[in-house]
Amino acid sequence: MHLEEFAEGDSFLHKADPRVKIIVFCLFSIFCATSTGLKIPFLCVIYSTILIFIAKIKIKNLFSRLIMANFFIIFIWIFIPFSYPTTFYISIGPINLSYEGLKYALSITLKCNAIILATIALLSTSSVFSIAHAMLHIKMPKKLVTVFFLFYRYISVIHDEYTKIKNAVTVRGFVPTTNLHTYKTYAYVIGGILLKSYERADDIYKAMLCRGFQGFFPLFEHFKIKKSDIIFFIVSVLIFILLWVKN
Amino acid sequence: MNSPIIRLRDISFSYDDKVILNGLNLDIYEGDRIGLIGPNGSGKTTLLYIIMGLLKPNSGIVEIFGKIRQKKKDFIEVRKKIGLLFQDSDSQLFCPTVKEDIAFGPLNLGKKKEEVIKIVEETCEVLGIKELKDRVTYKLSGGEKRLVALATVIAMKPICYLLDEPSLGLDERTIERLLNYLRDNAKTYLIVSHDRNFIKRATDKIYILERGRILYY
Repeated sequence: MHLEEFAEGDSFLHKADPRVKIIVFCLFSIFCATSTGLKIPFLCVIYSTILIFIAKIKIKNLFSRLIMANFFIIFIWIFIPFSYPTTFYISIGPINLSYEGLKYALSITLKCNAIILATIALLSTSSVFSIAHAMLHIKMPKKLVTVFFLFYRYISVIHDEYTKIKNAVTVRGFVPTTNLHTYKTYAYVIGGILLKSYERADDIYKAMLCRGFQGFFPLFEHFKIKKSDIIFFIVSVLIFILLWVKN
Repeated sequence: MNSPIIRLRDISFSYDDKVILNGLNLDIYEGDRIGLIGPNGSGKTTLLYIIMGLLKPNSGIVEIFGKIRQKKKDFIEVRKKIGLLFQDSDSQLFCPTVKEDIAFGPLNLGKKKEEVIKIVEETCEVLGIKELKDRVTYKLSGGEKRLVALATVIAMKPICYLLDEPSLGLDERTIERLLNYLRDNAKTYLIVSHDRNFIKRATDKIYILERGRILYY
């Protein structure tokens, strides 16, 4: 399983200091989420799109992610235009759509996409390990970072266990059909994944304890902030301020 | 001469950028007892996975029982007739009890319940693990797991066995029992192992997998 598909590359954003990227991302998200109207969210989308181009992200993979995320936004378009209070209705046949509601739904869509694009351009371009590492540097709670990191680390372990069991099942000639044997097998597979993952986690925890683990990861390498990182930070913050003043 | 059970031609396989198999050729005929050795990471397990259709080679031809196998569907027959013992027993066992795990393969072959119960009994008898039959698979010891994993393969009565480190973690007496079983009941097999002594006793010819190809000993 490849979870960090955007983390490989050598664009400016891939090489940038993760600490700077996290701070810029947080500022951008807060700014974007609290903006109102259509103009600022639209400009935010443009800003994130530029970041995507700087990061040289593969458009095909990007779209598959965006489609997944926008699936949830469809629900906003289903409910808000019908329920938002407004002074002006757009009638299509027997259906009355709230004008304000449509504007509001569009604004939410733009904001969501702007933040998703920024997440991909800024956060996905670093490995999760360096993000966790950077989070420690900017003084986020150690426990939180450890939980975040272990959680991420073990998604792939559970997936591994799943592949193992899937292989065990297929090499012994299992072909799913509609019968009790198939359902029973699926139940065993799910039970097996839970048990094996738990056991694996327990073993790894024991191994960590044996090597002196005390609840958090010590830092081994350190980041070096470069001139280009500072310039990127200043330019981004200036853009946010400019947009904010205009708003 | 008969046509081989397994015929691999010009198989290449790489993980990301690392080339594992490079133009590999292998023929296994009925009655062949082959030992395969090779350094760590030389692709022995990968080779077995390719034969079973768990991994797809980047290029080359996989021909099993005289038919070229490419799609998932083509391998359904292969998996019913070739038995793979995984290197890690934990990869093999997934049912709650030993009995059920051994019964899983024969049930997939479409055998009736009474028949399956008989097969389970026989298999346990042969390997001397009758007392493990009702135990929970997760709570077995390493060696016991190995034996049960072997039992799950044997229970399917495959035409050809692919055994990845079968002697790993077994005591001398059990190894002896395994050797006897292979000698008397298994006609065709390929054993991957680092245990030279075991390979020497169990096989007629030894192949070496090195730099992505098979060298004949």
